[in-house]
Amino acid sequence: MPDIASFFLVAPELQLTAAGLILLLVAAWGGDKAARGISVAAAAVFFVAGLQLIGPLHTGADGPDTLAFGGLLKVDSFALFAKALIYLAAIACLVVAPAFFNSAAAGEERGMRAEYPVLILFAALGMSIMVSANDFMTLYLGLELNSLASYVLASILRKDQRSAEAGLKYFVLGALASGILLYGMSLLYGFTGGTDFASVRAGLEGDLSLGQLFGLIFVMAGLAFKIAAVPFHMWTPDVYEGAPTPVTMFFSTAPKVAAVALTARVVFEVFGGQVAAWQQIVMFTALASIVFGALGAIGQNNLKRLLAYSSINNIGFILLGLAVANVAGASAMLVYLFIYVVMSLGSFTALLMLRGENGDLYETFGDISGLAVTRPVIAWTLLIQMFSLAGIPPLLGFYSKFVIFKATVEAGLVAFAAIAIAASVIGAFYYIKFVKVMFFDEPAGVVTGKSETAHWVLLIFTAAIISPLGYLLTPSLTDLADKAAAALFVAV
Amino acid sequence: MIGIEHYLVVGAILFVLGVLGIFINRKNVIVILMSVELILLAVNINLVAFSAFKGDLVGQIFAMFVLTVAAAEAAIGLAILVIYYRGRGTIAVDDVNRMKG
Repeated sequence: MPDIASFFLVAPELQLTAAGLILLLVAAWGGDKAARGISVAAAAVFFVAGLQLIGPLHTGADGPDTLAFGGLLKVDSFALFAKALIYLAAIACLVVAPAFFNSAAAGEERGMRAEYPVLILFAALGMSIMVSANDFMTLYLGLELNSLASYVLASILRKDQRSAEAGLKYFVLGALASGILLYGMSLLYGFTGGTDFASVRAGLEGDLSLGQLFGLIFVMAGLAFKIAAVPFHMWTPDVYEGAPTPVTMFFSTAPKVAAVALTARVVFEVFGGQVAAWQQIVMFTALASIVFGALGAIGQNNLKRLLAYSSINNIGFILLGLAVANVAGASAMLVYLFIYVVMSLGSFTALLMLRGENGDLYETFGDISGLAVTRPVIAWTLLIQMFSLAGIPPLLGFYSKFVIFKATVEAGLVAFAAIAIAASVIGAFYYIKFVKVMFFDEPAGVVTGKSETAHWVLLIFTAAIISPLGYLLTPSLTDLADKAAAALFVAV
Repeated sequence: MIGIEHYLVVGAILFVLGVLGIFINRKNVIVILMSVELILLAVNINLVAFSAFKGDLVGQIFAMFVLTVAAAEAAIGLAILVIYYRGRGTIAVDDVNRMKG
């Protein structure tokens, strides 16, 4: 029998599970009429579950007390930090959704579907399990719960051909990634002592055997697929473009946090004794993601597609923090992750506000030309988000890149930091293209529709965090990130 | 005498067949779903073989979870394929190209 303490440790997950099951029944019973109520209830559950994370996050949690269910789960500061971010992103994606689905932007299938909030709940539950996994079995189950819900979310607009195609592509490549990851896990299980992280780590001491090396590489490749890092990034632009915009917003925030946190946990806790074996792989992936993300975005005309490349580029910087392979790097990675999530939420909210007279959504460069004349507030906030993504001071995006480069340089990896800085200059090109199109081109005059209050609130809120005001947050953010990163390196 | 390496070779062959099935196949999305199943079965062979040779039950429990998840995955994959077919009237891999760039 697992002791009662385990249940207290996973209380947020239990609440999400119960809420998901109950709301699924409500959705089946009430149909799409109940969608708004279910959305509100789901957001409330996320809020309540998130509130319980605040206490342990402040005191910091690591060591044997954080192990639940005989070491299957590990609810340490690192997991708590990631979970808090995931719940925040999930709430934002619930808030923006009704205005999108109830407008002409949803195409033939107008009307919010009751399944949307339920699927977000289950996906977030899967991510919660992923980030606190301490055994390959829990890792796999969490990952699949998240992925299966995400495949359905991508294709939730059933009559929209792009949405269905996005779902299909996401499914095929996601299933392949799971298969590769699983094959690696089976090899690690066979060539070490078991499936829990501690015994795999113990089995990987000394020189790696061929089977162990293959296991490590397959696991890394599977994880790279999930975080959309080069060379396994090719699904991202298609899925981001095809999926409905609130879903794209979800994909670019919460699952990214979960997958990055999972990767960090696996490389530090499982492969922690073999840093030399994975550091080069992660470093290559990081730099390749930064460069390909920046180059790929240049020719794009669709804004969602452009943001997909931008997210590949940002993942590169996050992985750069991971490749440093020490506490400072992991802490910088978490700070970057937080700021990236806020920037992503802000820029996708701005995209959701580019609506025409009858509520349909515009998403190309041609549509936003001259936006500063017709919709100045949206244009300026979008500009803030883009400059922040490019890392231009005094915005908060500069601080996130700064901490990553600081950790990289302090670890003596100056050459890699230099390459990354050079590539971010290339990236600045397409962010600055927004300025040219929005402020200097002839107004296209198509973005004339009214915007919802929920969108305004989220847009102004994220812009305020990204603005220099956000630096007031950085001391407490750094403190939390340090605690979380330190928990990764505490042996249990 | 059949040793662990024989099972691993069978698993590796099935895995490679599955991966090739996804990448080489240009005709039919259903074949991709079958290839995904093949990959998961290769993993199961690995897990069960390791489990039997190590005398450790964890691998077999893992295999049970993989089987269950594989069933859920196939159900969702087919469901997505059905809505895709309703919209486009084809399930040829070469026609999955509404988005490019």
